[in-house]
Amino acid sequence: MLSKLKIALSTLVAGATVAALTAFATPAPAPAQTAAQAATPAAAAAPAPAAMVKKASNSTADHSKFKELQKTFKTAPEVTKACLTCHTEAAKQIQKTKHWTFEFINPETKQKLGKKHVINNFCTAVESNQKFCNACHVGYGWENDKFDFTAEENVDCVVCHESTGTYRKVPGLAGHPTYKDMEFPPHSGKIVKAPDLSKVAQSVGKTSRANCGACHFNGGGGDAVKHGDLDSTLTNPPKYLDIHMEKKGLNFSCGTCHMTSAHQVPGSRYAPTAADIKDVAPHMRGKVDNSNPSTCQSCHGTKPHPAKMAKLNEHTDKIACQTCHIPEFARGQATKMTWDWSTAGKLTPEGKPITKKDSAGHNAYDSKKGDFTWEDHVIPEYIWFNGKVNYTLRETKLDPSKVVKINSFEGSPTDGKSLIWPVKVFRGQQPYDSVSNTLLVPHVFGDDENSYWSNFNWDKALVAGMKAANAPYSGKYAFVKTEMSWPITHMVAPKADALTCAQCHSKEGRLKNVKGIYMPSRGDNNKLLDMAGWALALLTLIGVLIHGAGRIYAHKKG
Amino acid sequence: MTVERIYVFKRFERFWHWSQATLIIFMLITGFEVHGSYHLFGFGKAVELHTLSAWTLIGLWVFAIFWHFTTGEWKQYIPTTDKVVAMIKFYSVGIFTNAPHPFKATTLKKHNPLQRLAYLGVLLFIGPLLWFSGWFYLFFSDWGAWGVDKYVSLEWVAFFHTAGAFMMLLFLIAHVYLTTAGHTPTSHIKAMITGWEEVE
Repeated sequence: MLSKLKIALSTLVAGATVAALTAFATPAPAPAQTAAQAATPAAAAAPAPAAMVKKASNSTADHSKFKELQKTFKTAPEVTKACLTCHTEAAKQIQKTKHWTFEFINPETKQKLGKKHVINNFCTAVESNQKFCNACHVGYGWENDKFDFTAEENVDCVVCHESTGTYRKVPGLAGHPTYKDMEFPPHSGKIVKAPDLSKVAQSVGKTSRANCGACHFNGGGGDAVKHGDLDSTLTNPPKYLDIHMEKKGLNFSCGTCHMTSAHQVPGSRYAPTAADIKDVAPHMRGKVDNSNPSTCQSCHGTKPHPAKMAKLNEHTDKIACQTCHIPEFARGQATKMTWDWSTAGKLTPEGKPITKKDSAGHNAYDSKKGDFTWEDHVIPEYIWFNGKVNYTLRETKLDPSKVVKINSFEGSPTDGKSLIWPVKVFRGQQPYDSVSNTLLVPHVFGDDENSYWSNFNWDKALVAGMKAANAPYSGKYAFVKTEMSWPITHMVAPKADALTCAQCHSKEGRLKNVKGIYMPSRGDNNKLLDMAGWALALLTLIGVLIHGAGRIYAHKKG
Repeated sequence: MTVERIYVFKRFERFWHWSQATLIIFMLITGFEVHGSYHLFGFGKAVELHTLSAWTLIGLWVFAIFWHFTTGEWKQYIPTTDKVVAMIKFYSVGIFTNAPHPFKATTLKKHNPLQRLAYLGVLLFIGPLLWFSGWFYLFFSDWGAWGVDKYVSLEWVAFFHTAGAFMMLLFLIAHVYLTTAGHTPTSHIKAMITGWEEVE
């Protein structure tokens, strides 16, 4: 059976965890789920949204029967307090995770990463915009530096565990859900309803795809914006989109691969496992195993193909499973490919912001954000990758004459630690300090007069952003081209859709730009040898033909 | 002149020759596709067919080597300088002037001296070059286990394998042509089909 599941498992994992960290998300409500523990009691289920379809549960607890949850909650932290009366260690565990600290020290590079520190080329930076961005923080109330990271009631339990699909952390509320019906986005006419916190609390269970997706599908400010391999189509994906998550099939949750223990979710984009290629049996019971459980190989091993495809097993020490088994990303819906902040701020003659859509209906321009392009079924770019990622951080000096790599993936064909990986490369332009040559933190969101979305004034927004970040700013800015890479690892296709040999083994194949390896049929052959070989063959042929003609002539002449 | 018929090629030998010829031609076709010279079967299929033919040819060779040593036929490939010059003269001059063939095949000496040299070259040089490089090509992933990955690169393995293939191609062209250069244009070919060669 294992062999059937082979290639793709781990891919799922790597993304889900860190997406939360790196996502600048507008969290969506988790669509209703039918997961085992999710069911509410029959009585409460009267209005019966899909979520309430009761399934046989393996759980020994029905949270709707708990007295602690059968009351009216005015605020979300009150719910947390109720959770903690039984789950005494849960908040302490959460407070040690990246989901809480938004901070990650890369053990190898020692770079201080995490959402708190990284500047990306989507929404750029959290600092000074916490109220908005921290809608995706697994807590309540982080709107400035004064946030109490030790207060246990500030931990948001339900965002990851509720199953009504009604709980939504609205950007601008610093991680709180709305407690009264509100219009969001402002002036959109769309109403976000205040969730019934009692029902939400009673609905808790195992974390579903929709729970993770509430933030991770929406990284970069909206559905499908950031990753390309994580979006809302994974909530209930068809087989074509995800062989592991298809509901009628294996029906994996994110946690099936991102096998979580004590709320620590394994799988990371800051320090990914690029080459899990040691030949050991994966994750046996009782075996001390600190390896990443979310790689493909952790379930499928390093020789996943059947004997008749043995040649493919000889590819696994050079090529990541994802390269062949995720032939395209954004197969469910289009993902954002470029974001140009430098064109933001165009207004109508009356001074009103503008939005434009492209022919497919995606946002192509927004005065608040600039120009975008979107693509679906995107062929990834391919690189050697050994798991080491270096970031251009706020204090890192950059060279504005070149495209700045927000993150650069290390790897080489000869280091023995790299595989060829598919990546989404996200390109854009964003503000930098043109005197000190460093990236800038813009203050984008807020009701104050300095926020870019209020006044479309970069000078004010950048001064305010850098001040909030407690960082020096010369006062002079310009826009620099940047690119950021995202390893493609989710949305593993059925094996029939995997790449065929010739998609790489050809002159214009997928791997035509990957250096350092000899690939038959790619045009890597010695051109001189070919020229000499064919020339000699032709000469020999001409020689024997002349010789033969001579014989015929001589014979006829008699 | 009397025409006499002698039995030069035994049944196994003829089987070996034609199956080997088929395999080599087929491997040239599939091999140059893997090399990237053209598209015929498709890369994946070409690799599969090339590999399958290689194993078949290895099997055939095991039998052929066994046969050559048990029958003593290997002696047919011992090189000789006797009549080499005469053969070169014949191919370059005599053949156009209806001169008699300087070599008379017998059961004990079925190859003329140039054939002996050419076949020995194929057996001792082109063949091994292709076998060894092909073997490394095929077991690319095991170089680490063999401890040779520091000394061998696929680029050079492919280079030598391709070089061998070109040599085989040259041999094939010349060989096919020279089959018409017997006592009559078809006498060699008939001999390889029936076993019997007509000699003057």
